Amino acid sequence: MSRIILEIKDFSMVFGGLRAVDHVNIHINDGEIVALIGPNGAGKTTLFNCVTGVYKPSEGDIAVSNPESKVIRTNGMKPNNITELGLARTFQNIRLFSSMTALENVMIGRHPKLQAGIFGAIFRDKSTRTEEKQVVEDSLVILKKLGLKQYANEPASSLSYGAQRRLEIARAMATEPQLLLLDEPAAGMNPQETKELDDTITRIRDKEGITILLIEHDMSLVMSLSERIYVLDYGKLIAEGSPDEVKANPAVIKAYLGE
Amino acid sequence: MKYFLQLVLAGLTKGSIYALIALGYTMVYGIIKLINFAHGEIYMIGAFTALIIGGVLQITTGLPPVTILFISLAAAIFFSAGYGVTMENIAYKPLRKAPRLTALISAIGMSLVLQNYVLLAQTSDFLPFRSMIPNFSFLIPGKSLVTTTQLVIMITTVVVMIFLTILIKFTRMGKAMRATSQDKVMAQLVGIDINKVITFTFAIGSATAAIGGVLIANHMGQINFYIGFLAGIKAFVAAVLGGIGSIPGAVLGSFVLGMAESFGAGYISSAYEDAFAFVILIIILIIKPSGLMGRNEIEKV
Repeated sequence: MSRIILEIKDFSMVFGGLRAVDHVNIHINDGEIVALIGPNGAGKTTLFNCVTGVYKPSEGDIAVSNPESKVIRTNGMKPNNITELGLARTFQNIRLFSSMTALENVMIGRHPKLQAGIFGAIFRDKSTRTEEKQVVEDSLVILKKLGLKQYANEPASSLSYGAQRRLEIARAMATEPQLLLLDEPAAGMNPQETKELDDTITRIRDKEGITILLIEHDMSLVMSLSERIYVLDYGKLIAEGSPDEVKANPAVIKAYLGE
Repeated sequence: MKYFLQLVLAGLTKGSIYALIALGYTMVYGIIKLINFAHGEIYMIGAFTALIIGGVLQITTGLPPVTILFISLAAAIFFSAGYGVTMENIAYKPLRKAPRLTALISAIGMSLVLQNYVLLAQTSDFLPFRSMIPNFSFLIPGKSLVTTTQLVIMITTVVVMIFLTILIKFTRMGKAMRATSQDKVMAQLVGIDINKVITFTFAIGSATAAIGGVLIANHMGQINFYIGFLAGIKAFVAAVLGGIGSIPGAVLGSFVLGMAESFGAGYISSAYEDAFAFVILIIILIIKPSGLMGRNEIEKV
């Protein structure tokens, strides 16, 4: 039995009178690719926001275990501290630092891993310089992995849509996550780009050993990529299982197609 | 011709001081979208710290004036940064999620509190400030054009600008500042502790204001609790003029303002010196509402 990286227990999120997420239980094992699907407004992105600390969960527990199998409850922790536990995410609507170059966007992701303080920056001692060089090299390696190396010095805003999406993944990878949360990574992509994304995500899991949790509406991508699927509808978990099980589940068909 | 050059140099001196203060306004605005109206008070506190520390050292020790200048400057930077950071902690941090207007009113309150605190602790009179900047002998031939203090002010400003440019463009903290100013949530999600970034921004902004305060005190020869108010407003005008949130904009705006005041006072009337700042502000904002180097903000609907 492999280690559980993320465990969400009896978790709810309430906005005023609305239960956006209602008593949901989810667990992600180390090394899996898991998809979270459901109709619009089902609470998928809300769940991501709670897991990454953007929102504070109303009820329940969210726990992350680090590589030493130490379990840490993350409810109410600040997003930057959750990132340090090895969670990274992308957004449905792209949120790059648009006035920075592609390389700088990735370098920013290395931020918490660096030591150099302000005095190092002024006096530029040897350790600062080696560290800076290392960051640039590491960031270029990450860009290369996602096929973005030729855009390194372009401003992020000038990249094509597909490239911007990949840059978001690159920036998330720069934080050296154990779990990568992708919010609709294929949204707005053409079939060719979606195919490449499929390969990229598989490669990230196989080569880098990063566990993946993704929200996606493109069913062919979800079915080909994921090993397990959770289905949310109106904040409730209505199904869970392998792609084939989920496809055959009457509750899922009802949620998507109506009666 | 000589009169013209004198006005140019006076304008550059004024512009330099405005720039040192305007930087703090514009950096804080860039990060947390707050007009920190108490920023002028930080500058005034910098001048007072230098007056007290410098005065004590002049009386009790026989140190050369330059040494005293450096010690009092360091003390002023230290104290002002402390005041800036404390101010952020007690008056702005609890209001981080409140509407922007609330924090703005808190800033005005902070300004009044600090002014009156210095008024109580000191007096309302102008206190003499003995210049600690020695005269450079190589300037004697050009003495009628420029004083040593003016030259020191301009050089210091240039050094501070270069330092800040390096800080923001190339360092780790600078990148974190740029990221925070663009998207706070995303910055946190890549692991940046934005509270640290905001504290650091206040410390740096206050430090440059303190440098301005110490230099102007040396230049004018007297200070009181009220000097921060007008200087703060003028620097704010300069920051808006250049495009608030933009650092090169704040510098450019400051020099435009300094020149306008200097020439306005020199050729038209010195009685209306302060009015020129605002006339320039109105004209430029009518032509270019985002300021000289400001970017138009695109708001997502």
